[in-house]
Amino acid sequence: MSKFLSKQDLEEYRKKIINSRDPNKIIIALCGDTGCQAYGANKIADAFRKEIKAKNLQDRVELKITGCHGFCERGPLIVIYPKKIFYQKVSEKDVSEIISESVVNDNVIERLLYVHPETKEPIVKEDEVPFYNRQQKIISGMNSVIDPTNIDDYIAIGGYSALEKALFDMDPDSIIEEVKKANLRGRGGGGFPTGVKWESCKNAPGDIHYVICNADEGDPGAYMDRSLLEGNPHSVLEGMMIGAYAIGSSEGYVYVRNEYPLAVENVNIAIKQAREYGLLGENILGTDFSFDIKVTRGGGAFVCGESTALMASIEGLWGEPRAKHIHTVVSGLYNKPTNLNNVETWANVPLIINKGADWYSKIGTENSKGTKIFSLVGKVNNTGLVEVPMGITLREIIFDIGGGVPNGKKFKAVQTGGPSGGCIPEEYLDTPVDFDRLTELGSMMGSGGMIVMDESTCMVDVARYFLNFLKDESCGKCTTCREGIKRMYEILTDITEGRGKEGDIELLEELGWVVANASLCGLGQTAPNPVLSTIRYFRDEYEAHIKEKRCPAKVCKALIRYEIDQEKCTGCGRCRINCPVEAISGEKKKPHIIDQEKCIKCGICHEVCKFDAVNII
Amino acid sequence: MEIAAKTEENILTKESMEILDKIISRYKGKRGALMPVLQEAQEEFGYLPIEIQNYIATQMGIPASEVYGVVTFYHFFTMVPKGRHTIKVCLGTACYVRGGKKIIEKLKNDLGIDIGGTTPDRRFSLDVVRCLGACGLAPVVMVDNDIHQGMKPSKLDKTLEPYK
Ligand SMILES: Cc1cc2nc3c(=O)[nH]c(=O)nc-3n(C[C@H](O)[C@H](O)[C@H](O)COP(=O)(O)O)c2cc1C
Ligand code: FES
Repeated sequence: MSKFLSKQDLEEYRKKIINSRDPNKIIIALCGDTGCQAYGANKIADAFRKEIKAKNLQDRVELKITGCHGFCERGPLIVIYPKKIFYQKVSEKDVSEIISESVVNDNVIERLLYVHPETKEPIVKEDEVPFYNRQQKIISGMNSVIDPTNIDDYIAIGGYSALEKALFDMDPDSIIEEVKKANLRGRGGGGFPTGVKWESCKNAPGDIHYVICNADEGDPGAYMDRSLLEGNPHSVLEGMMIGAYAIGSSEGYVYVRNEYPLAVENVNIAIKQAREYGLLGENILGTDFSFDIKVTRGGGAFVCGESTALMASIEGLWGEPRAKHIHTVVSGLYNKPTNLNNVETWANVPLIINKGADWYSKIGTENSKGTKIFSLVGKVNNTGLVEVPMGITLREIIFDIGGGVPNGKKFKAVQTGGPSGGCIPEEYLDTPVDFDRLTELGSMMGSGGMIVMDESTCMVDVARYFLNFLKDESCGKCTTCREGIKRMYEILTDITEGRGKEGDIELLEELGWVVANASLCGLGQTAPNPVLSTIRYFRDEYEAHIKEKRCPAKVCKALIRYEIDQEKCTGCGRCRINCPVEAISGEKKKPHIIDQEKCIKCGICHEVCKFDAVNII
Repeated sequence: MEIAAKTEENILTKESMEILDKIISRYKGKRGALMPVLQEAQEEFGYLPIEIQNYIATQMGIPASEVYGVVTFYHFFTMVPKGRHTIKVCLGTACYVRGGKKIIEKLKNDLGIDIGGTTPDRRFSLDVVRCLGACGLAPVVMVDNDIHQGMKPSKLDKTLEPYK
């Protein structure tokens, strides 16, 4: 492959790829993302390859291993193009039938279709599935169409045309103007206007400027950044190239979590291919713009998602945040002006450049434009990644797209914003999702984790969970954060273990105020949010723990016990056999009992009982 | 040097020094080299005892305290040897609300070790991770590089069986 030396080279190459591709060829797009791999997608891929070869169908059908299609609950997923037939929960055993029925012949296999939960009708096409048809996948949509390890796929769908436009039809100022006009706000949590940040960085004095992509994705329960890097890495790289050109940077970094091996691999492949094509390196497309990108792997520290800690980490130091009297756009990595944006923020850039700010700003609300990808997980039927226009309500996301709460349980709260966010109760479900509205509710947009909780989730336990996380992740620099979070965690532990006392709630609120106001970085400043928001909306649950020594959700071990319903128990012995501490006894076919002294409350008896005879009291 | 005394055999053999030299030379003169060097060294040896840290520090001309600071700051690095298989139980929020805690408790009980521990026969090490990015399949457990989805305490025995 020779490098593109001009705009024409790239355009001609794109035409060549498109012309060489047979539009009638059947494409089987199999999700090969981390999630579907856990379901065994690799074996399915092998089976397809074998079957295609055995039937000699190489000319008629192509297997494409793509990134995340979003509907992780139903994986492994395949979509057969051009008809867009959507098969879910596919297994190795189905492969030969799929080939003979839906490739060789023109039939649909009903058993593999998604069944509409209400009408009970099977649905053939991907975009008619309720999970998908309410989404607006302008950023993540290409994930299910392209092979992320093949740059040609990206170029064929118009990839790198935004870079062309930026380099040849625009200048740095007009690019920044466009991004400002689109009102793109950072997707990493803070929602800072991206164009304004770029402008400050561009104007900061110094010959060297850096751009960085934040792919640390520290929010536990969120994986949209992983899926973008794994599924469409070139869109992120293209965004970075445009940003670098606007800012005047020749060196970029992608800082990616070490827990994401496939993302590291795919972004490295993408960078290598972009270099081979001359899209990274010296004199890109024959212009005098030179730019290259390096990948740095993190070391598993949440605080390294924070801008100054992240830059310290790239420098090879431990990731301790510093005070930001001087912003990183002026003095960041190696004390040079540095512009940091989140993965999803970068992925929005090519779209804005290609389609224009006017088009882009039609999507969303007044102050929050575009779409946002959420990781819709927890106690919800349709878990997965959803991309929705800003302004959609929480209820639409959780109930219309997510299909509501499973097992007939009642919805209790949705947690957004990760460890810095908060829990939003049912009464606010009609709130439109945008940066400012979520903050008003005591939560925040965050990077896009949306964890649904039902009546069997204890809100005090959830608050304790987050503080445990933050206590471990605090870098220890500020006393209020290091000690304050620990004290709050201890109080919450006491409450969940039956040692709560009058005044604990007030003490938590007071400590929370101090931690939030006297800590240096965002970690400490937002750490009390999970506690304060649950106190705000679920004070009665705290009080039940403290005053009545009762856990209404029946989660806190010290406040519950397991008992066998003597009427319902058939004496099948399943619980007795499965109990890890031999605490259950009883004769065959006679009701069993649990020895409360021995019971460690692991809940296995409750889980394995087929007669619903184990009660939590 | 109390920690050094704890490592069982002398890990800093001639061969291991050669391996380390090779890793270090690849990053020679590059900025921010310490993290990738440590990452590769750990991939090679499984852990980073003081001897290895000291060697890296000397060869790279970095104070040993700084190397130690970096190793102890990041969760990814470990100073104790691991078992043949590492079980990582996800306790990210999605996995937590779907019962991740019950899984870690069952494992602690079954294996008789705490988080961060290794069984006496060196078969398993037990760790906790905060999100593997497979939240849609929660709760998940990763054994070595395999992600097991939709875990339940009662499914654990069968899941671990193939890992000898
Ligand atoms: C403790 C802490 C953790 C953070 N973690 C992340 C993260 O994992 N990913 C991310 O993009 N931003 C994270 N941020 C926000 C970044 O500091 C920064 O604001 C963001 O990357 C800027 O990009 P954006 O303007 O495109 O959002 C974190 C902030 C704090 C205080
Ligand atoms: S929370 Fe467990 S994989 Fe994300």
